[in-house]
Amino acid sequence: MTNQTGLSGLVDRAALVTPPVVARRVRGLSERAIAWLFITPTMLLLLAINIFPLIWTIRLSFTNYRANRPNAAVLDVGLANYQSILTDPDVWAAMTVTARFVFWSILIQTMLGFTLAWLIDKKFRGHGLWTTLILLPMMLSPAVVGNFWTFLYQPQTGLFNYVVSAVTGAPASSFQMLAQVPLAPWAIVIVDTWMWTPYVMLICLAGLRSIPDYIYEAAEVDRASPWRQFWSITLPMALPFIMLAVLFRGIENFKMFDMVNLLTGGGPGSTTEVASITLKREAFEKWRTGYSSAFAIILFVTVFGLANIYVKALNRVKSR
Amino acid sequence: MSEIIQGSTPEVAPTRWPRALRRGPMETVATILIAAGVLMLLQPFALVLYTYSFVTTLAGVVMFTIVSKFPD
Repeated sequence: MTNQTGLSGLVDRAALVTPPVVARRVRGLSERAIAWLFITPTMLLLLAINIFPLIWTIRLSFTNYRANRPNAAVLDVGLANYQSILTDPDVWAAMTVTARFVFWSILIQTMLGFTLAWLIDKKFRGHGLWTTLILLPMMLSPAVVGNFWTFLYQPQTGLFNYVVSAVTGAPASSFQMLAQVPLAPWAIVIVDTWMWTPYVMLICLAGLRSIPDYIYEAAEVDRASPWRQFWSITLPMALPFIMLAVLFRGIENFKMFDMVNLLTGGGPGSTTEVASITLKREAFEKWRTGYSSAFAIILFVTVFGLANIYVKALNRVKSR
Repeated sequence: MSEIIQGSTPEVAPTRWPRALRRGPMETVATILIAAGVLMLLQPFALVLYTYSFVTTLAGVVMFTIVSKFPD
């Protein structure tokens, strides 16, 4: 009641301070017109910062435009940029590097995330504290994570090499995670796994908590073993949630840039040159703006397609 | 009265939209196209599959956008 009085008082005060000209104009408008009035600024902002750059990028992708030569003649090249990208073995190599990174990071994150969720779901003593501690890496900025893992991976002073040395017995300075060809991709997978496994765990935990207890009680009445309960109840019922986590991480890892750029910058050589790093090199080192716009559109369509599948999967989980 | 007790479902108004062209199955076809396109883009085996990956994904995305407006 007090709240209602307070609210009506606030409305009265707002009506009093509204200039009469504005009040008269608003009073004459229909509800639909007022709705448009409120939505228009947001729509204009969205058009200016999202839709216009997208349309401009599509337009540039059919030209030979170079941003470092703004006064040079811009020629229409049709589909030549797309043709060039989709037949270039170097870009294809960058795509396979991306695929390997996406595959291994998602596989490890899903397995670890589901195991952690399964353990947390057991509700042991102090599980709340452990959940908070496990979630901490996810809350950090990728820039911060990239920087401090660069220090951790230092061969002379980094903690990571000393831990590996203590476990395996190999000298700490005998390997360089970020500078050796076989180790650099794994260095990125480790950091991404460290940061994003908690996210997969959260989604899997939601899936495990959605399974009703009476199903397990019925299984126990039927004398099903814990192993059988896991394979016949837990895993199938949590599977839509696991698929959701896989899809979301797949989209995020496909366009991963910040962490790779901070840790290896695509090196050594082009061992860790994922698609977004190639795109950056084409756009801001070689200044092939038209070409890189076409590349960006290819990546955008791929991510948009994956997002469609994600939304479809999400709707299926919601309807459960 | 007996219908109420038996809990019969209310009749759904018949639609002239062909069953094969309904949203559910068509979205599934579009999803398969998108997934195939993404797999073709990321596979390391054949350059020709990589070349045609974008067209496949684009076809799937356009189809998904259109068929998501179809009736259920």
